[in-house]
Amino acid sequence: MDHVGALPYFTEVCGYNGPIYMSYPTKALSPLMLEDYRRVMVDRRGEEELFTTTHITNCMKKVIAIDLKQTIQVDEDLQIRAYYAGHVLGAVMVYAKVGDAAIVYTGDYNMTTDRHLGAAKIDRLQLDLLISESTYATTIRGSKYPREREFLQAVHKCVAGGGKALIPSFALGRAQELCMLLDDYWERMNIKVPIYFSSGLTIQANMYYKMLISWTSQNVKEKHNTHNPFDFKNVKDFDRSLIHAPGPCVLFATPGMLCAGFSLEVFKHWAPSPLNLVALPGYSVAGTVGHKLMAGKPTTVDLYNGTKVDVRCKIHQVAFSPHTDAKGIMDLTKFLSPKNVVLVHGEKPSMMILKDKITSELDIPCFVPANGETVSVASTTFVKANASDMFLKSCSNPNLKFSNSTQLRVTDQRTSDGVLVIEKSKKAKIVYQDEVSELLHEKNHVVSLAYCCPVKAKGESDNDVDLIKQLSAKILKTVSGAQIHESEDCLQVGSFKGSLCLKEKCMHRPEISSCSEAVFLCCNWSVADLELGWEIINVMKLNLDNTCKVKGDLL
Amino acid sequence: MELTCLSKGDGFHYPPCHMLNLCGFRILIDCPLDLSAIKIFSPVPYDVGFEASEYPSSDVSLDAQDPVQKKQKLERQLTPADLVCAEPWYKTVKALHLWEASLIDVVLISNPMGLLGLPFLTQNPGFCAKIYMTEATAKIGQFMMEDLVSMHKEFRCFYGPGDSSYPGWIKDLDSEEVPALLKKVVFGESGDDLGSWMRLYSLDDIESCMKKVQVVKFAEEVCYNGTLIIKALSSGLDIGACNWLINGPNGSLSYLSNSILVSLHARNFDINGLKGTDVMVYSDFSCLQSAEVTENGCISPNTDNNYLSTISDNKDEDLAASLLNTEDSLEEMEKLAFVCSCAAESADAGGSTLITITRVGIVLQLLELMSDYIESSSLKVPIFVISSVAEELLAYTKTIPEWLCDQRQEELILGEPSFDHLKFNKDKKIHLFPAIHSPNLITSWQEPCIVFAPHCSLRLGPSVQLLQRWRGDPKSLLVLEDGISSGLALLPFRPVAMKVLQCSFLSGIRLQKLPTLLSVLQPKIVLVPDAVSQRIDLSGMKINSILSFSENETLHVPRIADNTSVEITTDLASKLSWRKLRQRENFGIARLKGGLLMEDGKHRLVTGLEQEESSGKARPLRYWGTVAQEPLLGALLKMGIKGSIEHSTSENGLENSIIHIANPSSGLIETSEMCTAIVAEDKNVASQILQGIDEVLDGI
Repeated sequence: MDHVGALPYFTEVCGYNGPIYMSYPTKALSPLMLEDYRRVMVDRRGEEELFTTTHITNCMKKVIAIDLKQTIQVDEDLQIRAYYAGHVLGAVMVYAKVGDAAIVYTGDYNMTTDRHLGAAKIDRLQLDLLISESTYATTIRGSKYPREREFLQAVHKCVAGGGKALIPSFALGRAQELCMLLDDYWERMNIKVPIYFSSGLTIQANMYYKMLISWTSQNVKEKHNTHNPFDFKNVKDFDRSLIHAPGPCVLFATPGMLCAGFSLEVFKHWAPSPLNLVALPGYSVAGTVGHKLMAGKPTTVDLYNGTKVDVRCKIHQVAFSPHTDAKGIMDLTKFLSPKNVVLVHGEKPSMMILKDKITSELDIPCFVPANGETVSVASTTFVKANASDMFLKSCSNPNLKFSNSTQLRVTDQRTSDGVLVIEKSKKAKIVYQDEVSELLHEKNHVVSLAYCCPVKAKGESDNDVDLIKQLSAKILKTVSGAQIHESEDCLQVGSFKGSLCLKEKCMHRPEISSCSEAVFLCCNWSVADLELGWEIINVMKLNLDNTCKVKGDLL
Repeated sequence: MELTCLSKGDGFHYPPCHMLNLCGFRILIDCPLDLSAIKIFSPVPYDVGFEASEYPSSDVSLDAQDPVQKKQKLERQLTPADLVCAEPWYKTVKALHLWEASLIDVVLISNPMGLLGLPFLTQNPGFCAKIYMTEATAKIGQFMMEDLVSMHKEFRCFYGPGDSSYPGWIKDLDSEEVPALLKKVVFGESGDDLGSWMRLYSLDDIESCMKKVQVVKFAEEVCYNGTLIIKALSSGLDIGACNWLINGPNGSLSYLSNSILVSLHARNFDINGLKGTDVMVYSDFSCLQSAEVTENGCISPNTDNNYLSTISDNKDEDLAASLLNTEDSLEEMEKLAFVCSCAAESADAGGSTLITITRVGIVLQLLELMSDYIESSSLKVPIFVISSVAEELLAYTKTIPEWLCDQRQEELILGEPSFDHLKFNKDKKIHLFPAIHSPNLITSWQEPCIVFAPHCSLRLGPSVQLLQRWRGDPKSLLVLEDGISSGLALLPFRPVAMKVLQCSFLSGIRLQKLPTLLSVLQPKIVLVPDAVSQRIDLSGMKINSILSFSENETLHVPRIADNTSVEITTDLASKLSWRKLRQRENFGIARLKGGLLMEDGKHRLVTGLEQEESSGKARPLRYWGTVAQEPLLGALLKMGIKGSIEHSTSENGLENSIIHIANPSSGLIETSEMCTAIVAEDKNVASQILQGIDEVLDGI
């Protein structure tokens, strides 16, 4: 109610004409709530009406009903999606995405399963911002079963003693939850005391609960094929004449805070009897009778029109609520790990405590803006580029590199073979390194290093195959992880190629050689393997020195 | 992308079955059962007191009189004795058995009928695919499978636990005397269908199959393997039936199953979600059932009066509106009303009506219409729904406003039940019984009555018994679905004196609407069954290409987008080291870093773990352009390297130039148009020369 109350005013009086989305249950139940609200406002309290019944009907016609997780493209940019929030039937958290930026807004939600509704359920999303309610920012609730038992015992004691129990509640949610609890208890304990629903409103709401099974808890969903849990066995309609009927009974009456209407009227009649009980199931706004009853143990209460009522009945405060507690808010925040959090709704001091907790424990920036204040947070954007197939193909194969400086390191930098090319006023492109020149309409230019390296002093019993084998064994020793391909007269490591050079005079051969009569290996390697090449050259030079020495010794 | 049509199916009850290869994933769409094939089996005989001999048979005498039939001994008329008296086996999609079940990655089920064969597939120990279907499809499909198993139980009771490994009846069928029609059903047209016959699964198989299912809502996005984003969009065919939209890194694909544009009960065809995809697979074969073919066997789009003007003048919205006109749905409504009036007529005359339709949507609508009709007339006939899942199914239909059409949703929001009969159900005007032998049935039984009983094949379920009871009563009425070859279906019940009403309901898009639909959806490539492309001329459409596919052939579809999109996080983009290019001010190039991921169906480049090589500027690995010698000499001189240029021409006639370097140590630079080689003994000199080259040559 508190979330939809002004909608007809907004659309019909203020003139909002954009799309309106609601979950199916909200769309079904809102007109009831709005009409009830209008009636209480105008007919009972005599205030000026903000909207009429026709306004409500017209407004509801514009509403688009959505299902959980249904992804809706509102316009070209905005995408929205609803997630289950618990709390009341049809409550949802809203995920919204524009471009690459995404947020989640949650109104009231409940992180634990209750009698009839499930716990809030959301996917792990990448979010820039989470906006969460924080009504119970510092409360930590234990298990609710002892509290449920307390409530049942209080009601049971009252009716067993012949008293009447009044449960003022909203038509939605609380009434169904408590009623399920009572109905179940009545069955188990075989109690025959009637349970009444005051207005047609709650009965009607009940019908929607029966229909919208997919929005209730797993437990209810499983049971409903055999017995719909909202078909209450002991519940009957209440008649005004029954207020003064003798004998015990339980009555659910609206509105919840005893601020006006039928619940207040019944309260007036029942409060003076010490046998009776008033069970208050929720939050009451200051100034209402409900609030006064909860605040202390008054013996008399002023009603709004000046009359006083003696309060001798028992007062029971139902201490479980469909709002999430601090732990729930923390759990949700931790689960979603958004980049920023904004807390709304609640009392400032406790919100500040929660804010500090989120900042320190989860290391997420958190804001508590006052009404009218604007908060700006950075949003995610991606640079979009078109990638060539060759790049994607090269990225799909591992490209492991081993380095062995102090300890073995394995790196896979396959993306570094890709090049991002940006041309003014054109979409960025990602290409494989070999494709860059083509993109620039240039010709590739290969820069390589070459060196015709003496590897061995010339001897009589030369066997070239052996030489290549010897060399590769030596290279393997010094250069770790090298993949050596060898053939009769050449060897290859990466881009390094060496082949036996039989030419008398080779361009790549230095003129002065330390060993004049030598076998040469003509080497060539690309800049990519710059270091590798030099390492291999070193190995060969060492080999030459050794053979020269051996030869020298022999001579 | 590759599409293989495994089966083109046959009407509503046997939807088509396709295998799709998308981004390297194998996707199976639908896994149906050919339930019409069980008509070759004889129904369980019931002794209900109506012996066939009570009604003189006319078939025999007819047979004797027809000289043509006498001659063709092989093609003699089928007699009830020809039907197979054995526990029935079930016919699956033949071509599906050729695929290794463990290599299927994803299974998409578009409607409850497409689910019926799935337990056969999931029984396979290697099966590990992800199965997606809508919540309503899963629920209704499960009801149908459970009903099938429970109906089949009667056969099992009758024939006893047979040999499970090999069906003896197949051997008996392989003889000369067996009528060709039966042979065709059993062995297929090419004679190799034998392997597609399977023994029915059990309740446990259904349960373990359904445990593997991931249910989705309409328009919910689910991501498979980070690569494919799959979305079910309402097709309007039945409650929960859907079309599929698959978005992947290489573009989007829409799969259009049998669809009804304006539905009377289910959520309407979701037209907006399917617009503008790269590839559209049109797999609505329903036109093959209907007699929409004109004399020359081809519908020209021009026969549609408005067609030309619609294509050229009207805007998108008008086109869409012309698609969504209610003409078809009114026609459907009339058909339903006609069935109702026929049932009422027989009831007036004191006859009962047996409705064997098993389409959930049609049953619900008929129930609604009939109960309204009975309510408003003086007629007092009870309605019975006899099915093992009737109660659960009807209870379920009370709780699914999200899956119904707008009008029914409105009613719900006004506080009315979504189907009118739901309130009669409460008043006990509609009686639900799980089976014909239910204990309470006999006490509330009253004739004439209207009975809804499965199965449409007239071999299974309570319909068999009721048909045997009423077949000789000319006042009674049997309502059959069309497309069930009624000759074979009614064979074991001959002679049939009761009235038979065959009705066909819309089960797909009308062929005439296809051109308009395509111009609204505007796919870049559309794949249509060859049977469709033969019947309608689509060449005038503004679509890049129209490809046609046929059963058991694989169609390769070229990729549309040349370049795949990659998203780079802004913080990574800011870390890249950019190079300016000589004489190209408009360009900026940078070598990439980080890791390439597949996330939400998109390639994303994100900051990786590495970032090790922080050792200054990485040197270029690729060069382009040509080396200008003079500036190179200048650059080298700055570093203290002196060299001299010598021009030469190599053996193959290419211009070569060599820069000899004498100081500080000897070396040379050999350059040509395409390549440069640095020859130096000293590593330091070589790297200095490289630096010089960096200054005169663009590289990365």
